[in-house]
Amino acid sequence: MIFVKNLHKYFGKLEVLKGIDCHIREKEVVVVIGPSGSGKSTFLRCLNKLEEPTSGEIIVDGIPLNSEVNVNAIRREVGMVFQRFNLFPHMTAIQNIILAQEVVRKTSKAEARKIGLELLDKVGLSDKADEYPDRLSGGQQQRVAIARALAMKPKIMLFDETTSALDPEMVGEVLAVMKDLAREGMTMVVVTHEMGFAREVGDRVIFMDEGIIMEEGEPNEVFAHPKNPRTQAFLSKIL
Amino acid sequence: MGLNWKAAIDSIPILNKAALLTLELTAGAVAIGLVIGLFMALARLSKNKLLRAGSIAYIDFFRGTPLLVQIFLVYFLVPKLLNWDTLPDNYQYIAGVLAMGLNSGAYIAEIFRAGIQSIDRGQSEAARSLGMTQGQSLRYVILPQAFKRVIPPLGNEFIALLKDSSLLSIIAIQELFYSAKIIAGRTYQPIPMYIAAALYYLVMTQLIAQWVAYMERRLGKNDLR
Ligand SMILES: Nc1ncnc2c1ncn2[C@@H]1O[C@H](COP(=O)(O)OP(=O)(O)OP(=O)(O)O)[C@@H](O)[C@H]1O
Ligand SMILES: [Mg+2]
Repeated sequence: MIFVKNLHKYFGKLEVLKGIDCHIREKEVVVVIGPSGSGKSTFLRCLNKLEEPTSGEIIVDGIPLNSEVNVNAIRREVGMVFQRFNLFPHMTAIQNIILAQEVVRKTSKAEARKIGLELLDKVGLSDKADEYPDRLSGGQQQRVAIARALAMKPKIMLFDETTSALDPEMVGEVLAVMKDLAREGMTMVVVTHEMGFAREVGDRVIFMDEGIIMEEGEPNEVFAHPKNPRTQAFLSKIL
Repeated sequence: MGLNWKAAIDSIPILNKAALLTLELTAGAVAIGLVIGLFMALARLSKNKLLRAGSIAYIDFFRGTPLLVQIFLVYFLVPKLLNWDTLPDNYQYIAGVLAMGLNSGAYIAEIFRAGIQSIDRGQSEAARSLGMTQGQSLRYVILPQAFKRVIPPLGNEFIALLKDSSLLSIIAIQELFYSAKIIAGRTYQPIPMYIAAALYYLVMTQLIAQWVAYMERRLGKNDLR
């Protein structure tokens, strides 16, 4: 579903990704872990072209992400959820979900609203449809953001530390929504520090450090018997 | 110091009319300035080098030269550019509103630019990640939020524009200051006349300030950040 070959990314002279190779299969849940600044976000953002790779090849759902590709077409297939929610503050929860359906997918307002309400129900927020984001808790905002991304019917979902900005008591409600998605067979790439989540729903864990994939494998295996000394050092700090 | 207020009181109908003209000139200039300002702000922020350079040159020119000079320049330049042999009736109004609009366009461009840049990058990233084009993201996500934030500085710009419209007296537009000056000369009562003119300006600027504060409250209620 996603092929990445020898992906390099520079910010000016700083080389942030130093040759990433990976293959993410349909319905796979891949968890990306690694220390701060190792390039996890940059990697994720390359997958929906929020960042332009410096070199290398990325193929998403059969479409190569070269410079000629219609980026908006790619982004419709790849949903993304951010650490800081990024809900549109001038719109209610349901309006947040309707907007892109209408202007990008050209769905009718009634249909978009219906889809929006179903998704709000799915993330447990059917009673919050008409609230503005500043009246919602962090966990609720993040669940709206997930619903907003799902409304585009993406084939792949990217999650970038979606629970890191949340108060501890709200982490669970967001993870629960993500677990449901994984169970339904969504292809997911998840950057997270939640090792419990990685163990429970991750098919594979990728450990990134200094812009390369240092180690990858089945989560329980990697957590129990990390081979790379860098992985061992990182895991010993957070587990 | 014997001030004679009769001349000022007698001229109230004329001053009312002149004040109305001042408002109309300002409104015309604001309309032109908003359109130019939005365009220039977007050009300034665009990836296209040529658009950006053009916008910067425009903004620097109109902010870096006196409005008075711009008024004269527009007044004499427009007929030349359009090859007019005879000037249309009331040409000075066209030239005056145009000059003020061009000038305020430069200031409003900077206000819009700051407003757009003040919106968190995450907003456009979220919009783009949902498949919206840059234009859609701007129209539905960025500009509505930026617009709320620029209301206070825009209000200040409108007030400055209203006051600066007194400069249009130089091309014989009979706005508030011009009228006060003519009557002052005719009646030999400059002090009451200029006090009267000042009061008119004060009332108008206060009204704009009130209106801006009202708009800010009304539009800001969903944006507590
Ligand atoms: N737009 C940018 N311009 C310049 N440097 C950047 C940019 N974005 C990221 N970087 C740099 O790239 C490196 C990797 O950043 P990235 O955000 O991908 O790391 P990360 O693994 O997601 O870290 P974290 O766990 O803190 O989110 C960092 O050194 C960061 O400062
Ligand atoms: Mg990151």
